[in-house]
Amino acid sequence: MNTRRILAVVTARNREFYRDKAGLGWNIFMPVVMVLGLAFIFSNPDETLYKVGVLGAPPAGQTAFLRTLHIRFIAQDDEAAAIDKVRYHRIDLLLDLRGAPRYWVNDLSPRGYIVERLLLQSYAQPAAGLTREAVSGRAVRYVDWVLPGVLAMNVMFSSLWGVGWVIVRYRKNGVLRRLRATPLTAGEFLVAQIISRLLVVSGVTVLVFAGTHALLDFPMRGSYLALGLVFFAGAIALVSLGLMVSARVRSEELADGLLNLMSWPMMIMSGVWFSLEGTNVWAQRIAEFLPLTHMVDAARRVMLDGAGLDEVGFEIAVLLGIGSVLLTLAARTFRWQ
Amino acid sequence: MPPLLQVENLIKHYPGVRAVDGVSFAVAQGSCFGLLGPNGAGKTTTLEILEGVTDADQGDILFRAAPRNDGYRQVIGIQFQHTALQEFQTVRDTLQLFASFYARRRPMDELIELCHLGELLGRDTAKLSGGQRQRLLLAIALINDPDLVFLDEPTTGLDPQSRRNFWQLIEGIKRAGKTIVLTTHYMEEASVLCDEIAVIDRGRIIEQGRPERLLEKHFPRALVRIPRHALGPADDLPAGFELRGDYAVAATSDIDRVLSTLNRRGIALDELHISSPTLDDLFLKLTGHGLREA
Repeated sequence: MNTRRILAVVTARNREFYRDKAGLGWNIFMPVVMVLGLAFIFSNPDETLYKVGVLGAPPAGQTAFLRTLHIRFIAQDDEAAAIDKVRYHRIDLLLDLRGAPRYWVNDLSPRGYIVERLLLQSYAQPAAGLTREAVSGRAVRYVDWVLPGVLAMNVMFSSLWGVGWVIVRYRKNGVLRRLRATPLTAGEFLVAQIISRLLVVSGVTVLVFAGTHALLDFPMRGSYLALGLVFFAGAIALVSLGLMVSARVRSEELADGLLNLMSWPMMIMSGVWFSLEGTNVWAQRIAEFLPLTHMVDAARRVMLDGAGLDEVGFEIAVLLGIGSVLLTLAARTFRWQ
Repeated sequence: MPPLLQVENLIKHYPGVRAVDGVSFAVAQGSCFGLLGPNGAGKTTTLEILEGVTDADQGDILFRAAPRNDGYRQVIGIQFQHTALQEFQTVRDTLQLFASFYARRRPMDELIELCHLGELLGRDTAKLSGGQRQRLLLAIALINDPDLVFLDEPTTGLDPQSRRNFWQLIEGIKRAGKTIVLTTHYMEEASVLCDEIAVIDRGRIIEQGRPERLLEKHFPRALVRIPRHALGPADDLPAGFELRGDYAVAATSDIDRVLSTLNRRGIALDELHISSPTLDDLFLKLTGHGLREA
């Protein structure tokens, strides 16, 4: 590996990125606009399906609420974890039927309010039969919950397309062929692409984070170092995925299709927009293999729960492991032409 | 002195076609060697194999009498026929990028002067004219002060003035003692620049040597051409003539005798054309079709 050659390619690629004003603007402002749009949309949600967590089995005679249509009842085992789910809008209400009935609801959740009204009307004597418990700690808005996912998703798109699409374009228009005719090795070229994209992703993520924080005042309770490492490890995994996709493909259309094939399942199944709580168990298992799932989970725990580096170390390790495997595959299958 | 580059029995197949079919030649140090042929003849594939961009199915390539090694790319320079450069880079950025790849580098100022790029250094490479772009690509090919330079149809698409300007650049490279392997389908270009040529058609070399020796070998002194229609309805051609396309052509060292023959048959000489044979004529004679025909 020749450092001078790698740095020269990194510099050229970065120059290509920041001199493309339209592309640069899109990379920075698109996620900000997306977050603001979400904040607006979910300030007045209009949904008909609710999720209620249930602790314990329902006693006889108190099951009317549990037969309510358009509500999904999801059994819960761990009270603390279930309360967190109420806090983070994963479920709209938590009903504890293990002893004297009680429930938790997030005061900032419009859906929680509706479900609470339904619950209270289902009991003949609600005041005597039910105890209302408050969710402790600072309540979390939906936009607070979704924002770590949007940031992670932006990292995903920038990593996948910023490397995968670009390399296929280089291959198609002959840039790779010209570089191949020089002493630059494939390894040096790939390392340069990774470094360049990590620099770009890091810079853009910091800008988007700062911009959205100024506009939305979302919580950031954990370590900035931990959050940075989560996104950095996620970017490594996803850049490696982009490299693997582009290792041999020559058609931009095919590359676009493959990158979409990779990104859409992650966007849907990694819990960016909604929790997979209560969905098909296989979908939840598959989600565990997706790098975006680990990045979103870890980012949420840092930003919302105040998790430190040691608490998200597992996710960082998983992301780096995925990155190592994919990068090895990409390096072995890469072709200049 | 052994040749700088020795090529033995190169073969390259693509699905359904044998692009290079047993090509062998040698390139002397300090010479300009031309591969001539129509589009699709196999000259670009041959060149790409020599450049190390494409692998041959069979054959040997010796550089300085030894198989090519990792250091080969450090001492060759390449100007591709079709190539792209990274976007949003100036001429200066592009030269610096390519310069960083090599251990040996030609002084940038010298290179800029040689290729007349001084006024273009700050210009985006996407905004260069055809001739300017070719000069930049030549500068990239020379950036490592290479011992061996490959130029693949370097003047294709240029206007006549730009082409001649480019020839002057290449002649300057020759004077500096560099060895050049050049492909072209411009015969005038080969005549001006090449010390030795190989005529390639359908993947095979069909003739090879110094241009003037090949012309002497195949044509005695002059070519007499007369349009086919000027010969009248008679089917038989005058003695010494053969049909090449719409013309009857005689290669001769005795022009008076040919003219007497035409006079005796009462053929009008208004459209008669006498010329020295060119490489175009040579290619036509060797292959039966023109250089620009596929």
